[in-house]
Amino acid sequence: MIKFIKGKGGNFLSFKVALLGNPNTGKTTLFNVLTGLNQHTGNWAGKTVLKSVGSYVYEGQKYEVIDLPGTYSVVSSSAEEEVARNYLCFANPEVVVVVVDATNLERNLNLVLQLLEIKSNIIVCVNLLDEAERKKIKIRLDLLEEELGVPVVGISARKKEGISNLLEDISNVAKGEVKTNPYLVKYNLEIEEKIKLLEGRLKAFIPPMINNRWLALRLLEGDEEVIFSLEESLNKNINKEVLS
Amino acid sequence: MENELKKMTLYDLPIGYKAKVYANESKGEKRRRMLDIGLVQGTWVECLRISPIGEPKAFKIRGAIIALRNEDAGEIIVDSISE
Repeated sequence: MIKFIKGKGGNFLSFKVALLGNPNTGKTTLFNVLTGLNQHTGNWAGKTVLKSVGSYVYEGQKYEVIDLPGTYSVVSSSAEEEVARNYLCFANPEVVVVVVDATNLERNLNLVLQLLEIKSNIIVCVNLLDEAERKKIKIRLDLLEEELGVPVVGISARKKEGISNLLEDISNVAKGEVKTNPYLVKYNLEIEEKIKLLEGRLKAFIPPMINNRWLALRLLEGDEEVIFSLEESLNKNINKEVLS
Repeated sequence: MENELKKMTLYDLPIGYKAKVYANESKGEKRRRMLDIGLVQGTWVECLRISPIGEPKAFKIRGAIIALRNEDAGEIIVDSISE
């Protein structure tokens, strides 16, 4: 039994850490490494998609880890993607760890870019580094970190390598000790103007934890699911107020 | 043998052949989905195998093997077909 020591942030509350990533990137392997036996499977808000929750203690602070379903995207709407997206937007985890496959970085970075549009408290965790090495793939983690503007950490979950670096990064981001500057995709002038316009209107009544730029983009896409989820959580009709 | 100009749908691409995505004609949510799995213009796609009942077909798309229904593969136009 690990005793609780008052953390640096001065509270006994646990930080929420969400694990996200494409299918087969070793998310669940990492989840098991982080939480050991302290986990249980839960059912998420009326959906049949399961998510696992576990916890660990690092430097006296408790962290609750949520293993979200593997997805290629968080904007097209399969049940898994909706679970992942709604968790990010409405449960507001302190840290989001995106697990990417070092042997197939290009495919995985699509999800990373989408997530950077939603959240800034992101860590990109490049997994399967051992396998990449075997395939003679070399990844410049420092350059990737510079380009993406968020911490990038290389690990091999199966061999339990790099885990201490990851734990340190999670702790730093959770406590706000690292300033991130996420890379945002720039759209063409017309879209950017519309984004600005919508952002201005959204500011008035959207809680600050939700990213208005991202929401504006979804509204421009006519994403009905996100509008519905948001209306449900705010109890207001957005279409009338914003899109008129 | 490469044929730059000849176009066909991904549905028609035979096993063992590669082609480059020329256009994605799916609409709405499905279009977004196709883009997310990597079917953007210029992507190389290889047809790997076909289910005994004719669908789905398995394609190698940007490092992952993905099965597509004929209905969906039929909306992806490809060119630069080669073996």
